[in-house]
Amino acid sequence: MAEPLLSLEGVHTHIGQYHILQGVSFAVPEGGMTVLLGRNGAGKTTALRTIMGLWKPSAGVLRFAGAAIGGMATPEIARAGIAYVPESMAVFSDLTVAENITLAARSGPPDPARLDWIFSFFPAMKRFWHAPAGVLSGGQKQMLAISRAIVEKRRLILVDEPTKGLAPAIIEGMIGAFRELKRETTILLVEQNFRFAASLGDNVAVMDDGRIVHAGAMAALAADEAMQTRLLGLSLDSHQ
Amino acid sequence: MTDQAATRTGAADAIPQARLDLIPLALPVALAGLAFLLIGTPTTWLTLTLAALAMGMMIFVIASGLTLVFGLMDVINFGHGAFIAVGAYLAMTVLGPLAPLVQADSLMLNLAALALAALVATFGAGALGLAFERVVIRPVYGQHLKQILITMGGLIIAEQLLHAIFGGDQKAMALPTAFRGAIVVGDLAFEKFRLLAVAIGLVVFLAMQLTLNRTRIGLLIRAGVENSEMVEALGYRIRRLFVGVFAAGSALAGLGGVLWALYRETFTAAIGSEVMVLVFIVIIIGGLGSVGGCFLGAILVAMMANYTAFLAPKVALASSILLMVAILMWRPQGLYPVAKR
Amino acid sequence: MIRALLSDDPPKSRLLAALLVLILAGLAAAPFVFPGAAALNTAAKICIFIVLVASYDILLGYTGIVSFAHTMFFGIGGYGVGLSLYFLGPGWPVVALGIVVALVIGVVLALAVGLVSLRVKAIFFAMITLAVASAFMILTTQLSEFTGGEDGRTFRVPELLRPTTRLFEEPFLGTAITGRVLAYYLVFLSAVALFLLALRLVNSCFGRVLQAIRENEMRAEALGYRVVYFRTMASCLSAALAVMAGAMSALWLRYTGPETTLSFAIMLDVLLMVVIGGTGTLYGAVIGATLFILAQNYLQKLMAMAAAATEGIPLLPRLLHPDRWLLLLGVLFVLSIYFFPTGIAGKLAGRGRGPAA
Repeated sequence: MAEPLLSLEGVHTHIGQYHILQGVSFAVPEGGMTVLLGRNGAGKTTALRTIMGLWKPSAGVLRFAGAAIGGMATPEIARAGIAYVPESMAVFSDLTVAENITLAARSGPPDPARLDWIFSFFPAMKRFWHAPAGVLSGGQKQMLAISRAIVEKRRLILVDEPTKGLAPAIIEGMIGAFRELKRETTILLVEQNFRFAASLGDNVAVMDDGRIVHAGAMAALAADEAMQTRLLGLSLDSHQ
Repeated sequence: MTDQAATRTGAADAIPQARLDLIPLALPVALAGLAFLLIGTPTTWLTLTLAALAMGMMIFVIASGLTLVFGLMDVINFGHGAFIAVGAYLAMTVLGPLAPLVQADSLMLNLAALALAALVATFGAGALGLAFERVVIRPVYGQHLKQILITMGGLIIAEQLLHAIFGGDQKAMALPTAFRGAIVVGDLAFEKFRLLAVAIGLVVFLAMQLTLNRTRIGLLIRAGVENSEMVEALGYRIRRLFVGVFAAGSALAGLGGVLWALYRETFTAAIGSEVMVLVFIVIIIGGLGSVGGCFLGAILVAMMANYTAFLAPKVALASSILLMVAILMWRPQGLYPVAKR
Repeated sequence: MIRALLSDDPPKSRLLAALLVLILAGLAAAPFVFPGAAALNTAAKICIFIVLVASYDILLGYTGIVSFAHTMFFGIGGYGVGLSLYFLGPGWPVVALGIVVALVIGVVLALAVGLVSLRVKAIFFAMITLAVASAFMILTTQLSEFTGGEDGRTFRVPELLRPTTRLFEEPFLGTAITGRVLAYYLVFLSAVALFLLALRLVNSCFGRVLQAIRENEMRAEALGYRVVYFRTMASCLSAALAVMAGAMSALWLRYTGPETTLSFAIMLDVLLMVVIGGTGTLYGAVIGATLFILAQNYLQKLMAMAAAATEGIPLLPRLLHPDRWLLLLGVLFVLSIYFFPTGIAGKLAGRGRGPAA
């Protein structure tokens, strides 16, 4: 089996006095989408932030594309080819949509063909190109945050709960966009919305109390309702 | 499907625009108008207003770097005044041997001497800023309490060192010939140096606005002020950006120090601490991290200082405090609060 | 009994306790052990600054906020008593009136500054206090008909405290018991009482909440403590103690002026004392104030000697010139924040806890 694109082995992360990640191990194979599931407070966001270098792991090994990235500074990790869409979206509200996207393109002005591709599934970005990001709706901010992550091709995209607080119609749109994205890059998605995750994910890892409690193919989990209830604590129906 | 989503979110509308917040801009106009009524004589009012604009520009030049440094990295440098003093002493050192140029009756020669002095002061203070950031700020990065204490300690040391090197006596700084006196138009007198200060302040402001709005570095600074973590996650090394902004801010303080020393015509190493009180008031009024707010705040504080110095001289500085309190009651984060993550 | 007086917060090590007892004994016996006006003056100054520095530590060490307006409250106390005595003539009711008026003004001002600045950002507080304090100082020197301007006011204290007063015909233990000695003991006992009061304050429930806020503001807020309320209260109480120190100073010096109470130089002295002595423990204030004032009196003499000794070497004599003594103290200040964050008291008590940072 080929080496996975990203792997975590026995990763521990402390935030202040709290021990959040308590030995997390999982791998993200190259291509497709891996979904990280788990209850609130299980440590999913902390796992993404630790991969991104925004929290420093206190123990364990993180490898990306063959190189150890644990302890590296955030900008270096980003330059290694990882893009990040945080839960808060973190769009620069004082900057326009154009400026937000231009900044995300590190190597120069954004490629027009690439922008057209983004506009094809996020047409709002084209409409509001010159509008300050602060005036966008929640869904549009999410689209902008994702556009920023993909304006240049990156090897891995970390996305933290893109459906949070979005209307169902917009979530449907998101599914289309992610299908498109999956074709060219690898995505690690943190999600609470199981139906969204199940419709997109190829692989799945489930976290609880700072550890990985299950890892495998998404199809297997989606088909096994008993396992869902056991791992996620909630049945599919009540989780929407 | 995506189209459907987009039409719903975009709900048949024009492109939304940022809400332009114009009320603060009316404040200096209102203040000038009120002062006009209270002062009564238009010529006096005009002189005071020009003086206020000149003073405001000088304070802006000094304060702009400080407010950006705070916005970008949450670092407040109580030792900023040291760069003002360093600028003044460096300019004095350069202008001393250039006395023939300074005293010559030629605008070009005067300007050349002044430009050289300003250049040395600006770059000198900027270089010192780099060292200060490395030695004083970096070890206590992210610790507010220590930052305040250490930078204050740095200020004491810098002032004492300046006195040890240049002597503790009061220094004189003569205005070049071409900038003495006033341009008289009918009844109205415009002091030349004040016009120069206004011009320099405007140039700095415009250059800064252009940099912030039209260059990649500027975009990064604005983005960093809002959310420095995300800027890092996009792959930019914000530390380098911060060091650059810190050095630029120190350099501007040095330039401001030259102007302020020329304006006052005498100074000691305490020149920095004197101005810093006004500078702090200005950046608080403007909203910490906001360059536009800093510009407006500087004009407001300077107007208040100059008008009250004429109307009620004994309470001049206290009036700035009242202005600050009034503005904070209205907008607790300052005139233009900076959106923070 | 002693434990109760110390609010169950005795010094954390024997060495520290021994040093404190030594200072206490020295100050208590000063008029008899160290004869001469200059020595008594130094002892009184130490007493006054112990209160001032301890009250500042309530803010800096226990609450974790930096104020640059502490000398303003010191000055309010000084001017309150001084101007009352100057305009109303000597008398104890006048002293009491001066103290009450100063306390009211001081606390109201602290409340106002706190409400404007503390509800936004702690860093505002440092900047705003700096601005307010310098405005207050300029205002005080400008209103010269009332305050005496730059020159300040010299006034007569109540009869009992005047140097010419003799309590007994015969000297006691070789020292004449004059009004000066009495005034010294008034200052000394006030200092002891106010220090114990401050100790009680920081060891009360209120003091513990302050420390909880300093350690973790978010958590204290989550536990339901109104952070702004507690910080503002701390700032008011600290201001009240500083007002008292100012009143003591006025009574002792029989003079109040901007240089002795309001100047920024004194603010820096207080900062140095609290940092060098040790923040977050009131005993640090005792050590810091005592050492600093002793050093202040002798350091300049030492520097003059050093400057003379290094004559001929470039720059060095200039750096060692007695006027540059603040340079040495500034370096000491910065170094102690870096390498010595718990100050002398913290080091002696052997704790690793740094100042709130």
